[in-house]
Amino acid sequence: MIPTKFAYRRAASIDEAIRLLQESGGEAKLLAGGHSLIPLMKLRLSEPALLIDIGRIPDLRGIRERDGLIEIGATTTHHELATSELLRRLAPVVSEAAAEIGDPQVRHRGTIGGSLAHADPAADLPAVMVAIDAEIHLKGPNGWRTVPAESFFQDLFTVDMQPDEVLAAVKFRPVWHAAYAKLHQRASHYAIVGVCAALAIENGTIRSARVAVTGASTHAQRLPNVEERLVGRQPTQAVIDEAASVAGDTLEDVNSDIHASEEYRRAMVKVFTRRALERAVARA
Amino acid sequence: MSDLVPISITVNGRRYELEVEPRLLLVHLLREKLLLTGTHVGCDTSQCGACTVLLDGRSAKSCTVFAVQADGSEVVTIEGLERDGQLHPVQEGFWEEHGLQCGYCTPGMIVSVVDLLNENPNPTEAEIRAGISGNFCRCTGYQHIVKAAQYAAARMRGVSS
Repeated sequence: MIPTKFAYRRAASIDEAIRLLQESGGEAKLLAGGHSLIPLMKLRLSEPALLIDIGRIPDLRGIRERDGLIEIGATTTHHELATSELLRRLAPVVSEAAAEIGDPQVRHRGTIGGSLAHADPAADLPAVMVAIDAEIHLKGPNGWRTVPAESFFQDLFTVDMQPDEVLAAVKFRPVWHAAYAKLHQRASHYAIVGVCAALAIENGTIRSARVAVTGASTHAQRLPNVEERLVGRQPTQAVIDEAASVAGDTLEDVNSDIHASEEYRRAMVKVFTRRALERAVARA
Repeated sequence: MSDLVPISITVNGRRYELEVEPRLLLVHLLREKLLLTGTHVGCDTSQCGACTVLLDGRSAKSCTVFAVQADGSEVVTIEGLERDGQLHPVQEGFWEEHGLQCGYCTPGMIVSVVDLLNENPNPTEAEIRAGISGNFCRCTGYQHIVKAAQYAAARMRGVSS
């Protein structure tokens, strides 16, 4: 399968990428690992006139700790997330979730920024970013803009991002009581259902809870009725079971496809919410 | 509009200076321009792994990389694994343990095992199965492929010790 013809430019900086995006009048796409975009272009579901390669911009790559926040550059690969010593120490859930994306070859090329900007309804990292309350840092012609992950993901393949903006980084606070549990599609390894739970537990009480689901609906989103049943309570199995028993009940549009019916997905949202909560609590 | 782009790429130790269309996929560069047909096109949808090559030392699906992205990179294909007529230990493992039947997945499968053993010289069976999870074999049921990887791992540890 051959994509339609396009022109290719390699941007040396974020600002050059923004300028090229502006000049293209909406006809360009950004390319880094290409593991969301190239398959779409081969199917001719996407036919950009210009690809702007941001894969070699040094500022966009790497994992750092700065001012109490963890900062991940957009073109950092899933493999780099999965094997990062810093993440394993300060936010192990991000490493664990990245290690479950696709397969080794996909993880060597696919990037966090690509996964988030593409917003596949079955991608793993969107749910993790929503649960750990990450900020998405975008740069456009008018400078920087920060969007909470929770409002970044808006609908099917739809995010809060302008055609002339570059997703440059994500930032979040260290998070320990967090876990991601996923039901794999066996060939693609996309999430049929994936749930990320991030808890703050102090003196045996759950002080805050953020639980987000992917794969089940149009986009990654929180499960507020689960969170309500956790906050202020002790992280016992009974509390977890009760919270997980209502998981997904607030979801209106639940996907149904060749991999899983709506009924099955709804059942699995509860199962994988329970598993994510159990693992998050066990990580005491 | 889609002018040719000059690239420089090293494949199996040999450097090539080429002009390519931006839409040319790495797998087609290898197979059709360099005539290295050992790398196969299987599903063409980034799943089956028949097109796996080492790109700057790490396994990648060459059906999902534009050749222009590999500019300045080093690529190793199945043809680049043997040394002076000696099979790579992973190739030898597939031979000794009957790690193939039809052979279609084999080049990609071998490259993935090479990548795995480069990172993890002594993998468990579960780690081997995870390491080849991006490569589909429709003949063997994977059992002999796992044995081939175990053979190669033992052989490579023996050689280096």
